Amino acid sequence: MTPKRRQKLAVILGALALAAVAVGLTLYALRANINLFYSPVQIALGDAPIERAIRAGGMVKEGSVVRDPQSLDVEFLVTDYVDELAVAYNGILPDLFREGQGVVVVGKLSTDGRFIADKVLARHDENYMPPEVSQALEDAGYSPADYQDQPVEAAKRE
Amino acid sequence: MLVKLIPELGHFALIIALLMAVLQGVMPLAGAATRRPLWMAYGHPMATGQFLFIAVAYVCLTASYALDDFSVANVANNSNSLLPWYYKLSAVWGNHEGSVLLWSLMLAGWGYAASRFSGGLPRDMVARVQGVMGLISVGFLLFILLTSNPFERLLPNVPHDGADLNPLLQDIGLIVHPPMLYMGYVGFSVVFAFAIAALLGGRLDAAWTRWARPWTNSAWAFLTVGIALGSWWAYYELGWGGWWFWDPVENASLLPWLTGTALIHSLAVTEKRGSFKSWTVLLAIFTFSLSLLGTFLVRSGVLTSVHAFANDPSRGLFILVLLTITVTLSLLIFALRAPRVSHHVSFSWLSRDSLLLINNILLVIMTVTILLGTLYPLILDSLNLGKISVGPPYFNALFVPLTVVMCLFMGLGPVARWKSMPASELRRKLWLAGVAALVLGMVLPLIYTGEWNLWASLGIVAALWIVLPIGKDMWDKTRHGSSRLAGLRKLSLAYWGMVLGHVGIAVTIIGVAVVSNYATERTVRMAPGTELDVAGYQFTLRELKSRRGANFMADTAVIQVRNIESGRGFIMRPEKRFYLATGMPMTQVALRPGLFRDIYVAMGEDLEDGSWAMRIQYKPFVRWLWLGGLLMALGGILAIVDKRYRRTRTADRADVARSPKTQEAVL
Repeated sequence: MTPKRRQKLAVILGALALAAVAVGLTLYALRANINLFYSPVQIALGDAPIERAIRAGGMVKEGSVVRDPQSLDVEFLVTDYVDELAVAYNGILPDLFREGQGVVVVGKLSTDGRFIADKVLARHDENYMPPEVSQALEDAGYSPADYQDQPVEAAKRE
Repeated sequence: MLVKLIPELGHFALIIALLMAVLQGVMPLAGAATRRPLWMAYGHPMATGQFLFIAVAYVCLTASYALDDFSVANVANNSNSLLPWYYKLSAVWGNHEGSVLLWSLMLAGWGYAASRFSGGLPRDMVARVQGVMGLISVGFLLFILLTSNPFERLLPNVPHDGADLNPLLQDIGLIVHPPMLYMGYVGFSVVFAFAIAALLGGRLDAAWTRWARPWTNSAWAFLTVGIALGSWWAYYELGWGGWWFWDPVENASLLPWLTGTALIHSLAVTEKRGSFKSWTVLLAIFTFSLSLLGTFLVRSGVLTSVHAFANDPSRGLFILVLLTITVTLSLLIFALRAPRVSHHVSFSWLSRDSLLLINNILLVIMTVTILLGTLYPLILDSLNLGKISVGPPYFNALFVPLTVVMCLFMGLGPVARWKSMPASELRRKLWLAGVAALVLGMVLPLIYTGEWNLWASLGIVAALWIVLPIGKDMWDKTRHGSSRLAGLRKLSLAYWGMVLGHVGIAVTIIGVAVVSNYATERTVRMAPGTELDVAGYQFTLRELKSRRGANFMADTAVIQVRNIESGRGFIMRPEKRFYLATGMPMTQVALRPGLFRDIYVAMGEDLEDGSWAMRIQYKPFVRWLWLGGLLMALGGILAIVDKRYRRTRTADRADVARSPKTQEAVL
């Protein structure tokens, strides 16, 4: 090998090593920050990890939303019509959060089986169903037609 | 009766435009390959005609909106007779079909401009650029006509009224954000066409780069403004005061911006030094491909966000196929032709060349990490490996350190010389700026709040490290001459563009660093009479009212805000609106903007005992985020009007006459 070639080889090997480190770090960062989705059935079966950031979702059960009269604490049940998941949250619920509508919560499952949510996501559109939720409902044996064509109860407020 | 036919006229105009685009895509390319001037001459008239007919189609759709023609499905789904007229006009692009039409209109507009302002370029080069633009246009017009026809009718059961525009989109931010963003996305198609034309023609010289640079800069400037507007819109419209969410849709716009930024810098090296040629071409291809990928992600419905209007799998598939064809074909052409244009130029490790190389590598690494985080969940989902989401911590963990490293080199770049420079000279020029940046960065946050924060300091050090060396450089450059002012006037506009672009980044970085570390947010329960202190301001809820707007009902909170120190006060009125046609509630934020701080009050929910949940935020320096974006865009524009690009037109003509290759082409 001529010195010039050796230098080239060193540069290429160096670049490869750097690239490997970069990919490794990226994959590590990715692994540490991935939130898996679980449906209430899966959580009831004990599939979901405790005290780790996950996402869960389903329909907000009718009549289950309870507000604390003093603070901004709120609790509600998320259901896939098979099992239910109790969710606790502190803060402002999104505009489109409503009983009987799809919702995705991000947070941790506590040891007593309650879900402590950091974030509650109801999406931007009235007719929107989070894909995870519709999938979970389908897995639980419901066809989309069972819940999608329900009349919107937004007009209640009039 | 012609009024009733407006949608059909629009539809026909689109079909004619498609036919013209086909001619434009085929004839000039074939003409350039076989050296037939007559065939090449098809390019300009077809580009003009295509632009004209798409414009007619666009006007027809707008007219349908303005005239409340609810027999058109698109209008019925996205407009309402109660909608104010300006939202009727902007509702045209507040939905899938209309936004793709706007996309195509802009594509044709850029194509027309590229064709119109191409005097001085060799004729075969112009023909190839026109041909490539035509082919892209064919793809998008087919997409509209086959899968997303905006003129589809709802006959015979015409609805009485429309379903209304999504209330989130009824806003000035939405009127301007999508057109700006599209101008950026689509603008990169011109650079892409230039790159492909250069590969096909085997001609990639300084004249080519001087032609490509203004187009790149303008597309990039539009994209910058578009992204800044999107962030600003999300900030005040979504009601919780965030300005960047690492949402896949935002990432989709950031990806071409990053490679576009790399392209601008790489073009500079190619023009000045004649190196990095293949790399520049590759970046041009990547940038446009990422624009297409962004369009695919946003328009296909694989992502769920406010941007995903419709989940129609055939649409996603169409754009995916279009994307695949574009990437494969262009990379194939690159693989076959790139060696012919490559050219070896040496430079030392300490030179502007190598600093710009590092800049490019860093920008590409950023692009790859964001691309990975954005696509990973989609890939897993499509392989049925589970539904995951990749959160902001991933992006922050990678993007922030990479940006810091980038800033380190950004301080060096503008003062470094081409080819090579001694380290001692660099040290002499920079040591003062470095020390000043470190000291000021450490001290300023302490003076500002009295508490020290590592991240805020790091951000300010980085920003000063970008700005101070440039200041020193300008000081040195203006030393010789009758006066400093005369010296400043002598600096070229391209140099000023670079200065503004870099200062813009610094301003944005200061905004990000300060608002991320010193913002205060309180979520509280408020009833009339409740008093509360946040960040030196006293907030008192005076009363709750309700009012009726054009197409909504609103609950309004009247909040008295008083600066505790100065005693001065003002009233803020956040609202919770309820849109009648869609039944959607919407948070209307009350903002008190300022250059150094925003006060932000949003109504949360009605807690039903006469009190409301409220979100009160104090956001220092948040305006700097977008101000920086505007400065960057201004820098990009300033560099275009530099006289270098005007003078080259005549100079190029002389070049062209002398070059034997182009004479051949003219014959």
